Amino acid sequence: MTENTSTNKINSFQKQKNKDEMKKQVITFVLMIAFTIVAFAIVGTGIMQKMFVIPLLLILALVQVGFQFYYFMHLKDKGHEMPATMIYGGMWAALLTIVTLSVIAWW
Amino acid sequence: MSIAATQKRGFGTVLWDYLTTVDHKKIAHLYLFGGGFFFLLGGLEALFIRIQLITPENDFLSAGLYNEMITMHGTTMIFLAAMPLLLGLMNAVMPLQIGARDVAFPFLNSLGLWLFMFGGILLNLSWFLGGAPDSGWTSYAPLSIQSPGHGVDFYVLGLQIAGAGTLIGGINFLATVVTMRAPGMTYMRMPLFTWATFITSVLILFAFPALTVGLFLLMFDRMFGSAFFDVALGGNTIIWQHLFWIFGHPEVYILILPAFGLFSDIFSTFSRKRLFGYTAMVFATMLIAFLGFMVWAHHMFTVGLGPVANSIFAIATMAIAVPTGIKIFNWLATMWGGSIKINSAMLWSLGFIPTFTIGGMTGVMLGSSVADYQYHDTYFVVAHFHYVIVGGTVFGILAGLHYWWPKMFGRILHEGMGKFTFWVFMIGFHLTFFIQHFLGLMGMPRRYWVFLEDQGLDLGNLISTIGAFLMAIAVIVFLYNVVHTAIKGDKAPADPYDGRTLEWTTASPPAHYNFKQLPLVRGLDPLWIEKTEGKGKMTPAEPLGDIHMPNGSILPFIMSLGFFIAGIGFIFQVDHSAWLIAVYVGMAIAIGCMLIRSLKDDHGHHIHKEELEREAD
Repeated sequence: MTENTSTNKINSFQKQKNKDEMKKQVITFVLMIAFTIVAFAIVGTGIMQKMFVIPLLLILALVQVGFQFYYFMHLKDKGHEMPATMIYGGMWAALLTIVTLSVIAWW
Repeated sequence: MSIAATQKRGFGTVLWDYLTTVDHKKIAHLYLFGGGFFFLLGGLEALFIRIQLITPENDFLSAGLYNEMITMHGTTMIFLAAMPLLLGLMNAVMPLQIGARDVAFPFLNSLGLWLFMFGGILLNLSWFLGGAPDSGWTSYAPLSIQSPGHGVDFYVLGLQIAGAGTLIGGINFLATVVTMRAPGMTYMRMPLFTWATFITSVLILFAFPALTVGLFLLMFDRMFGSAFFDVALGGNTIIWQHLFWIFGHPEVYILILPAFGLFSDIFSTFSRKRLFGYTAMVFATMLIAFLGFMVWAHHMFTVGLGPVANSIFAIATMAIAVPTGIKIFNWLATMWGGSIKINSAMLWSLGFIPTFTIGGMTGVMLGSSVADYQYHDTYFVVAHFHYVIVGGTVFGILAGLHYWWPKMFGRILHEGMGKFTFWVFMIGFHLTFFIQHFLGLMGMPRRYWVFLEDQGLDLGNLISTIGAFLMAIAVIVFLYNVVHTAIKGDKAPADPYDGRTLEWTTASPPAHYNFKQLPLVRGLDPLWIEKTEGKGKMTPAEPLGDIHMPNGSILPFIMSLGFFIAGIGFIFQVDHSAWLIAVYVGMAIAIGCMLIRSLKDDHGHHIHKEELEREAD
């Protein structure tokens, strides 16, 4: 720690980190746009059967939610354990509700 | 109160101060005042119910009015009395316990308070505007859909507004505990009341959206012609029950966990011992919260979910008895061998243990789905939930009030009256509700406005009513105690009970910035550690410097008023579309306030170092 106090070095290190971060942001952003186009395309052109389309859309959506949380909302970074716990807790409560309403209220 | 007394400010100034305050301690006063007012209203409604049931075939209340009484008693007590009183205690104490100068979002704190106030007022206005809601506090569809008049509309809008306030409060407490703990205050060094506040806030965050959705569906069905719960048009009434109890069961843990937390603090303080099994207590609280989300269908055993679903929910329900049992035994073990001092706060805590245990035992009985077919909708259920809610939450609130009164108001409540209140209330409570177990087992259904003569129910109901009046006497003595204390109570020292946690390091009542310098926390029960090591006060964690504090604001009050006006508009636009003006005006006020809040920068103010140095230590 002590030998590494030159401000220049920290700046260059920070710069490199910011650059990497930006690269990741752009890649995920492009991927998300691509996923959206794919989703619209397969529904719009009707090249697939309904059987395949629905699970595929769900998988694309899940990946997008992951990108959203982990890259845009920084869940992948350190110090985000508490928000992660809360988000997964909320998902669990929501999932329980959906499963209940679809399985025991409507079935 | 005490501030007005010492500084001799005019009434207008004090009023404006409270309307605009963002100080967590003053917001706590307002929560306690508002919650206390609604507690008295709910208590009055309870008395009317018991007077109606004092003799067979009584005609004190008409059948319709009786339905309104039971609905408003339940709704008021749960949403407008118990929860705000608990939120008041949390606001008053939790920031002090973690060594923070205020909550994370002081503006939101104030907004949550005023939304609760206006929601509560809106709900209670129904008494004067064509009749209160009358479909029970659970407001089951299709009863709530078919209820004539505007009663249920007031229920929907009132709870929607008050519920938004509670949700805001919960999120605020979460952010406060996560981000604003003093240096050294790790999670596993937090007092149990702070832990309970934290976990309760998680429950609020996850449970309230289910209620919000349910209320919106009911609102659309009643006002805008949708058919979510209308079976004739392809809806499903059971959805309301699921949504209500997905919220409703965590709600009962929202009511009891803060009480568990404050009992833990009280037992450890007055036994002069470290809380026995601290880690187990924390994890038991988490486990209760986690399991609390998976048991809601035990309120619906007789709906016809089928044996598989019923069995799963029955077993999950009984599992909750395990962490609760851990807590009970840890409290007993905390007192074991301690140097116990019994004052009124401790009396309420001691009274809580057997009372709540009886309630827990009948809870396990009700949790057995086969037996529940016998108990369902009888007075046995009424007795059970009053044993846990009054015996747990109300005893907890009263214990907390007696314990923290000096910290909140700077004066100590009169001990003699405190003890009198406890004994009369305790005896009255058991008289009222113990007999109701047997009334229920004999087959008396809940929510009926009369019962017939000579069916073995006469004496039990008479005893129950007498008990209710004893509780009323106890509450009146408590109120007298409050007034007496405000006028000529003893001034409280900073640490009247030889306390263990950080709130007792501040003055009584604390300065509005709480801590001149943030304290350095060196372990669980930080003040006690300093006392045992001979220092007696906290080591500062920072040099004396400027303190940054938020500015007060009237916006939360006006914003809530806007929602209140819009709520009235929504209720009456069914009758005449001119009422839509109220909707637009109210929403314009609320959204305008949001805009002002967003666009106008408010950086708060600083209390300067020199000013702090001038004040005596």
